[in-house]
Amino acid sequence: MNLLELFRRRGSAPVARERLQVLLAYERRNRSQPDLVSILREEIMAVIAKHVQIDQDYLKVSMDRGQTMSTLEIDIQIPNKSATPLAMAG
Amino acid sequence: MGKVVVVTSGKGGVGKTTSTAALGAAVAKTGKKVALVDFDVGLRNLDLIMGAERRVVFDLVNVIQGSAKLSQALIRDKRVETLFLLPASQTRDKDALTEEGVGEVIERLRSVFDYVFCDSPAGIERGAQLAMRFADEAVIVTNPEVSSVRDSDRIIGLLDARTMKAEQGEQIAKHVLVTRYDAGRAARGEMLNIDDVLEILSTPLLGIIPESQDVLRASNLGSPVTLSEPLNSAARAYIDAAKRLEGEDLPVVVPFERKGFLDRLLGRRAA
Repeated sequence: MNLLELFRRRGSAPVARERLQVLLAYERRNRSQPDLVSILREEIMAVIAKHVQIDQDYLKVSMDRGQTMSTLEIDIQIPNKSATPLAMAG
Repeated sequence: MGKVVVVTSGKGGVGKTTSTAALGAAVAKTGKKVALVDFDVGLRNLDLIMGAERRVVFDLVNVIQGSAKLSQALIRDKRVETLFLLPASQTRDKDALTEEGVGEVIERLRSVFDYVFCDSPAGIERGAQLAMRFADEAVIVTNPEVSSVRDSDRIIGLLDARTMKAEQGEQIAKHVLVTRYDAGRAARGEMLNIDDVLEILSTPLLGIIPESQDVLRASNLGSPVTLSEPLNSAARAYIDAAKRLEGEDLPVVVPFERKGFLDRLLGRRAA
């Protein structure tokens, strides 16, 4: 190791601080809405299940958070064969 | 009515149990009645750190299940007569603690003691949540290291959401206790410094405990460092932190590296 390198070598603490600040800002944002997506998913599933039988896998809920606007995307597939109204099935 | 203080951290191995023992003993030495409650069911260690491991007969779970009286389970310290320990049980049943049971025991302790320190298990599961559930104040033990700071942040979130106080719309008083602080490494930029930790956690500081061989020695001997070596730098930092916990307005001095020429030459570490 030459002498210049010795002087140039900076501590790793500033990197640690920066990484933590970025990570925690992200984690705190998510924490304020504890699993909003999964709550929505459950409730939407319950509403649909009242009328049509569908598999859990056919419901996709995702949320995209933007600076000024967030979008909620709900994708429900109802396969024809199982889309029998419950009243008839029962 | 006494104050209930949870000592918590999220991460394991940062010094919760050591700090519970050291702070509790420091407060008890001023004449206050203090109970230390070990919540780490299945992995109790506060008894060992307090040097009371051979005196445990009944424990927290026995009291909750009604097979022992609270007065039978409390172990009086042999050095400080106002200091008591309520050990955790070694049962492997993690559902041994119920919220009602814990609440009852805490209320009874609160009516007798000036301070009740709850030593939380690591993690954010049931045990850790029960330890903080009835607390008025929290000491968040943090090492100046990324994973510990992240977990502390998580625990602060839980303290603000899952405690009785928080649910009643009140604020639980939170304090950060930085342990294992190495002044030399912080000065060289190898370790997060105090300002970094406080800025990230935005929680007031209770104290800074310097890394010290004497803390390990105290554990080996089964005595809180504040009792066995009260003049040691870590013990003094704990004693000051205990005073701040009691409301004394004491400035925090950031430990600095005290190295002589010979120490530098030999690469010795400051104790």
